[in-house]
Amino acid sequence: MTRVNTASLLELRQATKRFPAGEGGAVTVIDDVSLGVGAGEILALLGRSGCGKSTLLRMLCGLSPASSGEVRYKGRTVVGPQPGISMVFQNFALFPWLTVLQNVELGLEAQGIGREQRRKRALQAIDMIGLDGFESAFPKELSGGMRQRVGFARALVVNPDVLLMDEAFSALDVPTAETLRNDLLDLWLERQIPTRAIVMVSHNIEEALLLADRVVILDSNPGRVKEDLRVDIKHPRDRDSRPFKQLMERIYGVMTRAGVTAQVARATGIGYRLPQAHVGQMLGMLEELSLAERGGSVELAQLAAMTQMTVDDLFPILEALELLDFARVSGQLVELTRHGRSLVEADILRRKVIFGEHLLRKVPLADHVRRVLDERARQRAPKGRFLRELEDFLTEEEAERVLAVIIDWGRYAEIFAFDAGAGLFSLENPVADATPR
Amino acid sequence: MQRHLLRAVLPREGPNRWDLVLLPMVIASLFMVVLGAQRMAAPYAAGAPLSVSLDPAALPGYTLQTVLRMALAMAASVVFTFAYGSLAAKSERAGRILIPLLDILQSVPILGFLSITVVGFLKLFPGSLLGPEMAAVFAIFTSQAWNMAFSFYASLRVVPRDLYQASVVFGLSPWQRFWKLEVPFATPNLVWNAMMSVAGGWFFVVASEAISVEGYSINLPGIGSYIALAIAQKNAAAMAYAVAAMLLVILSTDQLLFRPLVAWAERFKVELSPGPPPPRSWLLTALRRARIGRLAAELGARLWELSSRLLAGRRSRLPGRRRRRLSARSLHVLDRWRTLILVAVAGMSIVALARFVHGEVSYSEIGQVAVYGLITALRVAVLTLLATLVWLPVGVWIGLRPRLAQRAQPVVVFLAAFPANLVFPVAVSAIIAWRLNPEVWLSPLMILGTQWYILFNVIAGAAALPGDLKEAAASLGLRHRVLWQRVLLPAVFPAYVTGGLTASGGAWNASVVAEVASWGADTLSATGIGAYIAANTAAGDHPRIALGVAVMSLYVIALNRTVWEKLYVLARQRFALE
Repeated sequence: MTRVNTASLLELRQATKRFPAGEGGAVTVIDDVSLGVGAGEILALLGRSGCGKSTLLRMLCGLSPASSGEVRYKGRTVVGPQPGISMVFQNFALFPWLTVLQNVELGLEAQGIGREQRRKRALQAIDMIGLDGFESAFPKELSGGMRQRVGFARALVVNPDVLLMDEAFSALDVPTAETLRNDLLDLWLERQIPTRAIVMVSHNIEEALLLADRVVILDSNPGRVKEDLRVDIKHPRDRDSRPFKQLMERIYGVMTRAGVTAQVARATGIGYRLPQAHVGQMLGMLEELSLAERGGSVELAQLAAMTQMTVDDLFPILEALELLDFARVSGQLVELTRHGRSLVEADILRRKVIFGEHLLRKVPLADHVRRVLDERARQRAPKGRFLRELEDFLTEEEAERVLAVIIDWGRYAEIFAFDAGAGLFSLENPVADATPR
Repeated sequence: MQRHLLRAVLPREGPNRWDLVLLPMVIASLFMVVLGAQRMAAPYAAGAPLSVSLDPAALPGYTLQTVLRMALAMAASVVFTFAYGSLAAKSERAGRILIPLLDILQSVPILGFLSITVVGFLKLFPGSLLGPEMAAVFAIFTSQAWNMAFSFYASLRVVPRDLYQASVVFGLSPWQRFWKLEVPFATPNLVWNAMMSVAGGWFFVVASEAISVEGYSINLPGIGSYIALAIAQKNAAAMAYAVAAMLLVILSTDQLLFRPLVAWAERFKVELSPGPPPPRSWLLTALRRARIGRLAAELGARLWELSSRLLAGRRSRLPGRRRRRLSARSLHVLDRWRTLILVAVAGMSIVALARFVHGEVSYSEIGQVAVYGLITALRVAVLTLLATLVWLPVGVWIGLRPRLAQRAQPVVVFLAAFPANLVFPVAVSAIIAWRLNPEVWLSPLMILGTQWYILFNVIAGAAALPGDLKEAAASLGLRHRVLWQRVLLPAVFPAYVTGGLTASGGAWNASVVAEVASWGADTLSATGIGAYIAANTAAGDHPRIALGVAVMSLYVIALNRTVWEKLYVLARQRFALE
């Protein structure tokens, strides 16, 4: 079944990726990653959002050059996009003004292949992926699943050696994704495509386990290889089988270690990358926990099933809850803390008070913002002031994101106010001016 | 190769009924282009008078000449747009110079360009009518190119990242990427801006055919010269013919050019959700069904293959990469040098301009011109405000009724395209007959042509108001003042700002024509910087033209920076519906 060749087809050697941050500094997104993709294997990269897995994929195909170290394809250093490597995008990246046929022909056209030949090969690819009949349709006339089929046809028509998939199924609904995944697997297993390796990025553990021969889990902040697991289950894989379930739990465990706990232990200083979790999500999760909790704890996998969430959605919320000391994650178990329980049991106003206390005590950035405002005579500070501070630790984009998170949390807890139009933090309560309580 | 090409290109069946309509049209337009081009390149000795006849039989020929000038200017604008817009968007450094420059060019009164550049063009084509012809074409070009280049630049900046990445992964060459990704993505906005440009262009085409150079005047054969003569001779019948010809021209450009273009550009819109029904065009349908259309398409495809092969080789890269390679430090040093050089060049040009102007003009006159500018600024402000008070409510009212809005839009575009200078004589007669004060009553002429931009944009803004917001407002029982204050005005505000900016910019431009208007021997003049530029243009006084143009540009830039830019930011941050 496996046709793994020990020699690597595509390889990262001590690759590091840094993005510039404020004042000439840099933020490391991928740190010293060495990873080989062998011929004949499907490799899945798993990790939480922000762990740099998409960046890693873009480094592999030469879209994003490594800051240090190198990427090698067939033994030669990759400096730009390679003709033998093609890619399927999360949101399809189809050209809306080109028909299905023209979209599929695009890569061939770039290679300078003549019209007749181009048409012939494109039609073959369209047939193969099950798109016949839609040749002259425009992408906007197609459903999501059909659009991604065009994405696959476009990537496969150039007979790539390596196929990269960037969350290729995540924009599709569950049954559509399932069908497309199976169709791709059939093409691969029956060797109807000359592709020798597939590298996929996913945040869906189950999806990775259904397809991949090997799963690489990335740690985040900075991105490093945390675990490299071989999947030796025969196709077709049964997700209810014991080995499948065992692997799934094992990966959950690894990701928990990679994710929540390790992060929180390092949660010092204002430059901490606050997780992308809204207050509403946190409260919802706490309520879910308090309802399901019998004997004190819920298993992570079970929580994921209960809330119908993927890892990407689940982990930031848990991280936030752990950060604020409302929940604890140990191994594969999640449980409410004493404070978490009193928060769930409190009424709306009391909840805000508890949340605010924890926010100021546990999150250095919140405490910092509040302190700066307290010290100023007019109790106001511009947004740019905090952004500049954050940019010493984070990229510009990330600094914006983290500040947006703290604004969301701070507003809910009413520990400060923020006027988006003026870009000003303040301590005045806007409601108090208009309607005296 | 040759035979193979013919076999593939020639229709296998005979022409169909669509061809019967299209073929004569194609042949006739080719014939007209040749005829017009011949007339444009006729010999001409500088200073010799060109005879223009008011005979209505000559009018079709004149109209053709005028349309041809417009077409040439449009073609030049498109080429300019592609080159300038790409350069500004691709290179961050070039963009930092090119975009502010475009901003300045946009604020220079268009007729100022004409009087300054005409001498150069005369010298470039001695002994031929091509000199003044090119000067006129250049003036029209300056009325069209800037906003198109801006729109192209703005579109290039927001091309979706994954499409860029796909074009790189699949190895498109820069040439292929330009035509497969960048131009298509920019097309809907570009077509729209071209339409606005042409609408504005008719105004200047009429004004730019009668050129004065160093004391003598050149009347290029065209509808503009025809009108100028009709006004000079107080010939009302000829004016009526000219108005009719202009109406016909505007209607046919709409039917034959813009409607097909807009309908065709529909496919380049990126939005994936279905919107209102796409505009239709009988000509586009005919072109798509007729063999001749398919023949043209096939020829286009062949040309594309050829160009693609000739210009292949290089693979394109993601934009904005090169910058990172340089260290921040060296970049800083480079930037400082470039800034120094830029400042030096700007300083030298200011000194040169000042010396050129000051050789002739005293300081007190410069102060006088600044006051003229202030007077015109006051006019523009008051008129923009008045037009807003009238058209904002009307536009909202129309925009909230989808059917009416759909019918009103083409009418408003037509009104904007109709050159307002054709009704100036009516205004002049009325002012004289009722002994009105020209200082006040000439002013409305400035905004006559450009007020429609306010109406048009407000209609579009109100029509785009999401249905659920309308329903929410209705279910909350919002009415009258609260409805306008909380829902309608904020919703149309971004669209209004765009319209208001266009209208006020247009009014500044029109002031050169509108502050001095005549009918026969009666010439009325209002105090203002437009009148100053117009008078000195007629006298061929270059230092004073330069002074007037520079001062007006300064006013326009200052107003844009202090008023309109602030409103824009406010619109984007507070009132954008996402």
